[in-house]
Amino acid sequence: MSPFTGKTLEDKQPGVALSGDYWRPDGRPDPLGESGRQGIGAPLSRIDGAQKVTGGARFAGEFRFDGMLYAALAYSTIANGRIVGIDTRVAESMEGVALVMTHENAPRLNTPPVFLRSPDGAAGDDHPVMQNERVHWNGQPVALVLAETQEQADAAAESIHVAYATESAMTDFEMAKTQAHEPDNVLGGPAEIRVGDADAAFETATHRIDATYTTPRHNHNAIEPHAVTLAWEGEGGNETLRIHDASQCVDLAVASLAEVFGIDASRIHITSPFVGGGFGGKTLWQHQILAAAAAKLAGRPVRMSLTRKGVYRVVGGRACTEQRVALGADDQGRLTALIHSGIAAMTRHNNLPEPFTQATKCLYGADNIRLAIEVADMHMLANTFMRAPGESVGTFALESALDELAEQLGMDPIELRKRNEPERDPTSGLPFSSRHLLEAARAGAERFGWSERASQPGSRREGEWRIGLGCATATYPYMRMPGAAARITLDAEGATVAIAAHEMGMGTATVQTQVAAARLGLPVERIRFRYGDSLLTGRVLAGGSQQTAAIGGAVIAAQRALVDELLGLVDADSPLAGLSPAQVECRDEGLGVVGDDSRFETYRQILARAERAELVAEADAADSEELANWSMHSFGTIFCEVGVSEVTGEIRVRRLLGSFDCGRILNAKTAASQFRGGMIMGLGLALMEETLFDSRSGRIMNPSLADYHVPVQMDVPEIEVMWTDIPDPHTPMGAHGIGEIGITGVGAAVANAIYNACGKRVRDLPITLDKVM
Amino acid sequence: MKWTINGHVREAEVDFRTSLLDLLREHFQLSGTKKGCNQGACGACTVLLDGQRINACLALAVQVQGRDIMTVEGLAEGDALHPIQAAFVEHDGFQCGYCTPGQICSAVGLAEEFERGLPSAVTKDLVASDIEPSHDELRERMSGNLCRCGAYNGIVAAVADSLGREVRR
Repeated sequence: MSPFTGKTLEDKQPGVALSGDYWRPDGRPDPLGESGRQGIGAPLSRIDGAQKVTGGARFAGEFRFDGMLYAALAYSTIANGRIVGIDTRVAESMEGVALVMTHENAPRLNTPPVFLRSPDGAAGDDHPVMQNERVHWNGQPVALVLAETQEQADAAAESIHVAYATESAMTDFEMAKTQAHEPDNVLGGPAEIRVGDADAAFETATHRIDATYTTPRHNHNAIEPHAVTLAWEGEGGNETLRIHDASQCVDLAVASLAEVFGIDASRIHITSPFVGGGFGGKTLWQHQILAAAAAKLAGRPVRMSLTRKGVYRVVGGRACTEQRVALGADDQGRLTALIHSGIAAMTRHNNLPEPFTQATKCLYGADNIRLAIEVADMHMLANTFMRAPGESVGTFALESALDELAEQLGMDPIELRKRNEPERDPTSGLPFSSRHLLEAARAGAERFGWSERASQPGSRREGEWRIGLGCATATYPYMRMPGAAARITLDAEGATVAIAAHEMGMGTATVQTQVAAARLGLPVERIRFRYGDSLLTGRVLAGGSQQTAAIGGAVIAAQRALVDELLGLVDADSPLAGLSPAQVECRDEGLGVVGDDSRFETYRQILARAERAELVAEADAADSEELANWSMHSFGTIFCEVGVSEVTGEIRVRRLLGSFDCGRILNAKTAASQFRGGMIMGLGLALMEETLFDSRSGRIMNPSLADYHVPVQMDVPEIEVMWTDIPDPHTPMGAHGIGEIGITGVGAAVANAIYNACGKRVRDLPITLDKVM
Repeated sequence: MKWTINGHVREAEVDFRTSLLDLLREHFQLSGTKKGCNQGACGACTVLLDGQRINACLALAVQVQGRDIMTVEGLAEGDALHPIQAAFVEHDGFQCGYCTPGQICSAVGLAEEFERGLPSAVTKDLVASDIEPSHDELRERMSGNLCRCGAYNGIVAAVADSLGREVRR
């Protein structure tokens, strides 16, 4: 039984289809996008705040089962080859050790379905998990130990000796690049996009910039390492796999695990009420599969908390890229050619070419455009989604190049962008659903004091510090993936909204409580938002900045179903008798006639009259038709002031401002934090983050928070954020997701500010002090 | 072995390899103290040992026997949050909440360090008896606690608020 819903596995109902719908039957925008409607946008503090500040919030590695064993992993030290012998005798003889699992005794498992390749795929790659002697990357788990305590398991894992037959491995990106090739697809679309003939236009352009930008590997480094506590419950043949996971895709993970273990999805139950940061990394990797397999073999529950190093070995990060941006422009700064191409590292076993041209598709109205991504196959842990995959590193290249062009033209960088503002999406030809980039840029520039920028690099000094300002455009698409569904349960206490969605710190639980309150006309205190449980309805990925819209669309559908149900309950005595759904609205804790305050009945009255304790409505979200009709993106401009020390080359970010256009903002407090958090990860990308990959061995050499540098408090100035708050008429609540846009543009804004400070153009991330000396 | 944890004497027999962090999390089910790196790099495991902040992952349980340990679970009085906890909620000093207990324990330790007049790497006058809790002082002193969600602005605002003194930018 679910601790959150009180429901059992059998209760999960398929949603009621409500396809081909629009936000309202009359085709008008969602009224929740209207300004200030019932607390939309209010800076409500997080509803789970008290749990988080008291230590009461329990994460995946903090649940317990009776008789639970602790797991530890041993990892391969070669990048390609075969295991020819594993000596586990010492480990097996050690105190407290209950099981040593290798490919020789692991239960037979099916190959996991890969994310973006299979509809049920949540796995990072398609390698069989501990099923044979093959080694595919340096760091692949080769043995697992279960013991009574973590200390015993760790010590035993250290004692395992593995002999390998090493085969040649492609672990050098420079070499792999020489065999780069076009991938099958990039996020389901083509790897190359052409508008006109960009190469020819570039050759004849009056002003030209042609530069190569490189970005390193990155790791998510959520502060909570991946962990899972699980048990096979019940008797032989009918066991249920009960998993406490740290997951941003509970339903998808269930589907994938069902395939791996060859059991029905109804026999797997994942809960994930709190997730200690995800950023794209908390999907399905080998650790959950190995823990479940070992638990089956040992016949006991298992906790596997990956070490920090283990996270680097088992969970993929962002791939490195080498990008070319070539811009051709006329004397007025109009882009005549825009070429953005390059190569990203990848493996043959996953399906994510780091999509660094995504942002370039929609940003500038160049006459001729060519975008092309190639991949270089490597023997490495599969790369994966990390916050704004594509846009984060792609905007570094594109927006640096724009800055270089602005200088060549002697034009203000914002003016250059303004002159290339497109009327329609330059590659799809679709109209924009909502694009107010120039308004955001103007407001941000004014607030930041952009007019004080000296166009001549190196003009401003304070002691040993050279000061510079830079800006860059931020953008991230609006998405709403299929599969969302929601259930609303109305009772005398209020309403429970349930959906298999996730809270990793974005503020989902808080914001969706606000939205549901506004949607149902109830105070927030009377809304319970249930999420993070695979037994709940719907398939919602906390990724692609789409969760807010996906939940919003599902709740709209469920609310409409609920209104139908309520009207079905009213009898002839009710003031609502004989009305159709279009004539009523949810308000003041009940249902009332639109435009007639006198005809109204509370939910309690309706339920009481019908002698019902509760009313349940469930529905699937409408299809994502909006995406077929509109080019839908969020936008923003990042402004940065840096100081560069003439003496040491040290770079300090002194001021940072983000001005965003992301539709209706639903909670000013959590939104500000989301924007800032993305921008801070952008500072890391700009100045310090790099996963060091040994090109000889393919091993990650800095798998720790001491050696992989992320921004600390002292690296972060007070960050100002602002937003247009203009609702998108084509989305639920008029909102766009905001989890990823913050990181985009920051790399270039910092690089451009550094150039403005000291005249040094750095095209290779991270911009460490040696590169500006 | 005995420890005083959040005012209560607790006893257990543990492996000599067990860290104070694992003692809290695995033996006493005080999982409010978090494990982010287990090597002293992230600060998620910050607790107060005899009132001073330490990384619980770098202390062995046997080594701190008989000492007084305060964890995040010991700060609130029933349902009434400690002022620093309340300030973290008000200023949105967290997102996912995983680094939060460490940040809060660190902030409690920081307040006490100011009272004792302890300088930091950015303190200009090292012998001053009253060190002004400037914005830089707070950022420097909270830099041992990583927050990957990037709630740093909210964290420093919460710490400043809870100190009950004007904090100069």
